[in-house]
Amino acid sequence: MHLVLFLIFAGFCLAGAVNLLLQTHPINSALSLIVVMSSLAVLYLLLGAEFLAIAQIIVYAGAVMVLFTFVVMLLNVGEEEKTNGSKIAKTIGFPAAVVILGVIADIILVAQRSLGRVSLDEPITTTKDLSAVLFRDLLLPFELTSVLILIAILGAVALARKEGHS
Amino acid sequence: MNHIFFLQLIPLLPLAGFLVNGLLGRRLPKALVSTVALAAPFAAFLLVVRAAYLIWSGSTFPVVETFAIGTRTAEWINAGPLHVDFTFALDQLTLVMLLIITGVGFLIHIYSVGYMSHEEGYWRYFAYLNLFLFFMSVLVLAENFLLMFVGWEGVGLASYLLIGFYFDKKSAADAGKKAFVVNRIGDFGFLLGMFLLLAQFGSLSFGSIGTSLAAQPALQGGILTAIALCLVVGACGKSAQIPLYIWLPDAMEGPTPVSALIHAATMVTAGVYMIARTHAIFDRSPFALAVVAIIGAATALFAATIGLVQTDIKRVLAYSTISQLGYMFLGCGVAAYSAAIFHLMTHAFFKALLFLAAGSVIHGLSGEQDMRNMGGLRKKLPITFWTMTAGVLAISGIFPFAGFFSKDADLYDAFEHGASGKAIWFVGLVAAGLTSFYMFRLWYLTFFGESRAETQTSAVNDNSHSTLHTSHSVHESPWSMLAPLVILALLSIGGGWIGMKHFGDFLAPVVGAVVDPEKEPGGETFDYFLSVVAVAVAALGWFIAHLFYFRKNDRAAKLAAAMSGVHSLLANKYWIDELYNFIFVRPLKAISTFILGWIGEGVIIRGSTWLLGGIVMLTGELLRRWQSGNLRSYAAWLAAGAAVLILFAGYAITGTWLGAHGIDIHINWAGR
Amino acid sequence: MHVPSSWYLILSALLFTLGVVGFLIKRNLITVFMSIELMLNAVNLSFVTFGHMWRATGQAAIDHRIAERGQIFVFFVMMVAAAEAAVGLAVIIAIFRARGTLNVDQIDLMKL
Repeated sequence: MHLVLFLIFAGFCLAGAVNLLLQTHPINSALSLIVVMSSLAVLYLLLGAEFLAIAQIIVYAGAVMVLFTFVVMLLNVGEEEKTNGSKIAKTIGFPAAVVILGVIADIILVAQRSLGRVSLDEPITTTKDLSAVLFRDLLLPFELTSVLILIAILGAVALARKEGHS
Repeated sequence: MNHIFFLQLIPLLPLAGFLVNGLLGRRLPKALVSTVALAAPFAAFLLVVRAAYLIWSGSTFPVVETFAIGTRTAEWINAGPLHVDFTFALDQLTLVMLLIITGVGFLIHIYSVGYMSHEEGYWRYFAYLNLFLFFMSVLVLAENFLLMFVGWEGVGLASYLLIGFYFDKKSAADAGKKAFVVNRIGDFGFLLGMFLLLAQFGSLSFGSIGTSLAAQPALQGGILTAIALCLVVGACGKSAQIPLYIWLPDAMEGPTPVSALIHAATMVTAGVYMIARTHAIFDRSPFALAVVAIIGAATALFAATIGLVQTDIKRVLAYSTISQLGYMFLGCGVAAYSAAIFHLMTHAFFKALLFLAAGSVIHGLSGEQDMRNMGGLRKKLPITFWTMTAGVLAISGIFPFAGFFSKDADLYDAFEHGASGKAIWFVGLVAAGLTSFYMFRLWYLTFFGESRAETQTSAVNDNSHSTLHTSHSVHESPWSMLAPLVILALLSIGGGWIGMKHFGDFLAPVVGAVVDPEKEPGGETFDYFLSVVAVAVAALGWFIAHLFYFRKNDRAAKLAAAMSGVHSLLANKYWIDELYNFIFVRPLKAISTFILGWIGEGVIIRGSTWLLGGIVMLTGELLRRWQSGNLRSYAAWLAAGAAVLILFAGYAITGTWLGAHGIDIHINWAGR
Repeated sequence: MHVPSSWYLILSALLFTLGVVGFLIKRNLITVFMSIELMLNAVNLSFVTFGHMWRATGQAAIDHRIAERGQIFVFFVMMVAAAEAAVGLAVIIAIFRARGTLNVDQIDLMKL
């Protein structure tokens, strides 16, 4: 069961990511990214992170991606132009990406045995457990994060305002 | 009894004179400069005389004193196995040399007071002269090769300074440079010899080398020949033998007293002194001795032939110096070191006398040096005439003047040296005849006949007299110049009377036994016979000179015209200078222009600046393109950097490259 | 049924690499930004996976709370990503107003 669920939603993740790359219009890329986010939420659930799964949907798919979609539609640039500004991006960038993938994958594959397994009958991390850590040990970072978000709001408003308004 | 000889003061007093005159002399009045300059060599002379007296009254040779500052022994070099000190040693040979140097030197100082009295740079002259005395004393007092080399180089330096004394005259400056460069070539040989000595004996001290040699009687030839030949190169440079004699005739550009002191009496004898000092090495190498003898004989003859046709009075004397040095080398080459030193001593007397008298003639004629413009000076410069006569007789080897005894001893020892010795003797004999001829030629041309000085428009030949000296009519020199002439004339007459036997016995502990005529086949009568032959040859030379030059005739001119090829060869000094110029100087100049100009300035200096500038600009070009502002290229470089980091992080964490041997990842919780 | 943890991690690596590639080849600025979000998500997945892998049992689970900490880290990443997305998109709007284009190759002067 776990295996089947994993395969399906991992497939969705990858398909969405690849589609993000292949699409030319940004709105399509945004929608693919929403697919990725949602699939990731299911995967979190499989890993026993129930709160995180919901948070992923609410925050990422529900807020961040909506924001992206708004901006795409607001700016309405249309399909990408095929410009070729940099050869370096291809000559150095692709090998670098391959190396990154290769190294990480290699290490993980070689260490497979010691990494263990995941199954559905393992305990889920409840929200109660999360909050036990979040509001006790990590209270300060939590509060600071809220200040950070406040600042982000202010900054975004300041940046996106039209010129000429006082 | 052990007296303190104060050996270190003998060089240091002239050094003090140099420092005072050199640093302050410009501002001091002339009388003070002269006093300082004369006091130093006189004090040194007194010290030497005192040393001689102490020896005579009982102190023993050799006296070795290490120059100590306070109570600390002044070690000079103490680097691993090399150990050299400031050590002065006085033995018989050094004593003889010191007496000559300080004695004759002092007389020349007195002479210079008169001769240079009108010169600018008076203080400079005496400073350099004292400097020369300092270095020469160090040379003969040194107890090891390195200290002797200090003196060796130093006299070369002093001679450069003094030859080029009239430095604003191009020929004088060039002559100074030539002397220094040629001496340098000789010094190279000396240095090689020192290196070989160091390699062979591990020490540069005469004492320890002597002991090492004595302890190894089987060590012959081989390395010792090499050492000896290197030292001979040095001696040839300093003592103006073939092939390094070319500097000495040009050195006549210096003031005449300088020629007397440096190029007649003292510096050029340093080479002979060095060979005598290291005779232990030469004795072990018959090949080297043969080389020395051949060089000496060849130079004696060669220089004598050139002297036959020279017209400048100082040049004649210069070539005769080279020739007489050839005799000394000849004496050393047949292992008759005492005879060579004996000739060195008498030569110092009469050659200094000849030069000073020539200077007196030049001074009297207000700067004229060409003998063709002289004549009839016998009545006008009487004291000069008589003293010079003594010198001419002495150099020609006429009995009973000093030169007779020493030259005769040289030739006798050469003859007794085996088959090759007889050939050398013959060459020496011919050279003696030629010497006599050209010296009397000089004598006749200068002092006899009608005066040609006022008939010729005197192209005032200011070689050794600056133009400040206004032309007077012919006049005798002041007493400051004549007194040394008289003293030297007396020494030239009586200097040889000590006799070879006593002189040789005196020096024997240092340079080896002298050949005793009584023990040779033929005995003493053979010695007398050879002497008679020598005197006869000298008289022959005198006679021929008399024929040619006593009264004005054209015999000389006719002979010169008849043998014009030979005459031109001799008058142009066998074109040796031109030959050296062609073979050595021009290629060297071309090479150094090439290296300095093309390589040095072009490639290295301009090239390196071009390179540096180019590198910076190129790097700038490359780096400039990196900052393109293009987001994607930045992203690519970021990814590349991340890839590298991940690679190394993987290596660091797992301990192997890409998990080659299997990785086991787990975490240990503390407290579990 | 069990799924080896390494599969989750491989998936995370793949998503990350796809994000890098997208960052390199996409020409629209917003799409580039989306690739960055993809990278962040990939990393979040690996955090959760490791946290789950190394959760302890019994008393140590309560002492160390590894799984919780992994997820809280992801929580914070999400917060920061949200803030960053807000500000970044505001910047993109400002750029669009100044440049008139969102083509990455044409925004190559560091001035607005």
